[in-house]
Amino acid sequence: MILREFRVWAGRRCLLDIPGLELPSRGLVAVIGPNGAGKSTLLKALAGVIPHDGDKLLDEGWPVPSRIGYLPQDFTVSAAMTVAECVLLGRRERLGWWITAHDRAEVARVLARMDLSELAGARMDRLSGGQQQRVLLAQRLLRDPRLLILDEPTSALDLHHQLKVLSHLRQLSKERLVIAALHDLTLAGRFAERIVLIEGGTLGVAGAPGDVLQSVHLDHVYSIDSQIMADRCGAPVVIAHHAEEHQPVLSDRGAKRGTEPVREGSPDRT
Amino acid sequence: MSLVATERSGFGRSGLTRAAAVMAAFAVLSALMVADLVTGPAGLSLDEVLRGLQDGPAGSDRRLATILWHLRMPQTLMAALVGSALGIAGLLMQTILANPLASPYTLGFSAAAGFGAALVILFGTALPVATWIGIPVAAFAATLIAAGLVQLVARYRGASPEMLVLAGIAVLFFFQSLQSLLQFMAAPEVLQQIVFWLFGSLLKATWTSVKVLTAILLLTLPFVLREVWSLTALRLGDGNAASLGLDVAALRRRVLVMVALLTAGAVSFTGTIGFVGLIAPHVGRALVGEDHRFGLPMAGIMGSIVLVAASVTGKILSPGAVIPVGIITAVAGIPMLLGVILMKGRT
Repeated sequence: MILREFRVWAGRRCLLDIPGLELPSRGLVAVIGPNGAGKSTLLKALAGVIPHDGDKLLDEGWPVPSRIGYLPQDFTVSAAMTVAECVLLGRRERLGWWITAHDRAEVARVLARMDLSELAGARMDRLSGGQQQRVLLAQRLLRDPRLLILDEPTSALDLHHQLKVLSHLRQLSKERLVIAALHDLTLAGRFAERIVLIEGGTLGVAGAPGDVLQSVHLDHVYSIDSQIMADRCGAPVVIAHHAEEHQPVLSDRGAKRGTEPVREGSPDRT
Repeated sequence: MSLVATERSGFGRSGLTRAAAVMAAFAVLSALMVADLVTGPAGLSLDEVLRGLQDGPAGSDRRLATILWHLRMPQTLMAALVGSALGIAGLLMQTILANPLASPYTLGFSAAAGFGAALVILFGTALPVATWIGIPVAAFAATLIAAGLVQLVARYRGASPEMLVLAGIAVLFFFQSLQSLLQFMAAPEVLQQIVFWLFGSLLKATWTSVKVLTAILLLTLPFVLREVWSLTALRLGDGNAASLGLDVAALRRRVLVMVALLTAGAVSFTGTIGFVGLIAPHVGRALVGEDHRFGLPMAGIMGSIVLVAASVTGKILSPGAVIPVGIITAVAGIPMLLGVILMKGRT
């Protein structure tokens, strides 16, 4: 999968500008970067939730919208429906007036796969944030996505469930491309096959975890003093000793760069 | 909380159970409609009403046929139709605005209808058509203009719930101000007519209004029912619905057109009837859950039940001069609303 001149605009302001980025067609890719760097913008644009300029190319063609599963950051569900009813909505386009035995079987299959069978009859609005997140992930899986995009899927989870979800994503990524924004750099280094560092609305660096998770990159982008060690499997472990005084680079591209793109015919970009 | 129990698979026991709940509600509505036909100043008995219903409008007992088929039947049918239009519009509004306090009137549609009606009541004599046609037509047109204004804002500034509510508040104040201006300009006897129209009463019902509102419901319902799964998905929130491939803004704009048609059809013939569109969706949801396949019919039937019950109550409380249903629903609506709020707090 190749992104070329990939840009996202808010009016005349460029929120994200990726000159070029190549991603594998399968595997787990972690998107990292400080708050406001443009991680969510990149994921939303890839999911087709917000418009973008430029090309997205894929060897076997870009997946049609119904084959892209996107789990946003703000997912809270307050509707009084059951877990099974919620997951069923993943088949929205294929549902007739009556729910068929096939629909039920599909829901049961994906609930079992996500270890959620026990919660099938529980009400969504009474679940914890982490449980809701797993249910919504199950709902996206019902669509059998070719590309699964998750915005901070571990943000509401305790350490045990963070590890479980990431192991699961790794499992799922054997059949599809999974792109997840993550804040925990050590977990990103351990589970992802490739890491994309977003910095100030553009691509900082992309590559294997060992290449990206280096103090030379992280100290500048996150404004920290970091040390990189290795865990017992050899995966990088990031230790941040302290935060520097100055702020990390945000996605206000105009303030940081002189070569930022400007839309044709626009006198100013504010 | 849904009263429909769930089995281990996590779905409501079955669609049939919910369908049965809808049918049971329909049976209650039918009984209430018969009760509404029986009550009234003329004092007909249940036997007489049933006989009159069997004989039809051309029955041999002319007095019975006239009271039943020309006076009471249009009012009863109108109560059921207006109630269902407001109930369905209410659920649609609560879903697209993601707000349990939204109703068909949230976006200023009733204020617009009131202005349209007041305009014809004030200047009706100068118009080439009779006021009984002019008032509903003007109320209908004004409601559609209000909906058009909200649509315009939604198209240019995005159809987010916040934007729609803000646009609706602006429309509400705009038409309320114009309505106040007309009331200020009106002579005392004309002012009285305007105020009476605004009360919301079934006494204005005729067979023509029944036919027009039936046509609007028949026209709108297929479009509403086509969106049941999209509307249910929207209950998961904008972000989730959009990532299920739903064009949320386009859905909101489409539904807004249907709400405008249903509300305009309901209020243009009867005047403003409050609380039905607010309460009916809550009761419907409590009985059949969030699934709009059953939620929409249930909200419609609950709206009819509330309005027909209000009609019966109005006639029993004041047999001589029937109290307008708009007043009954407004007075009864407050404890009902409090009940809903308290129930929500408990769950």
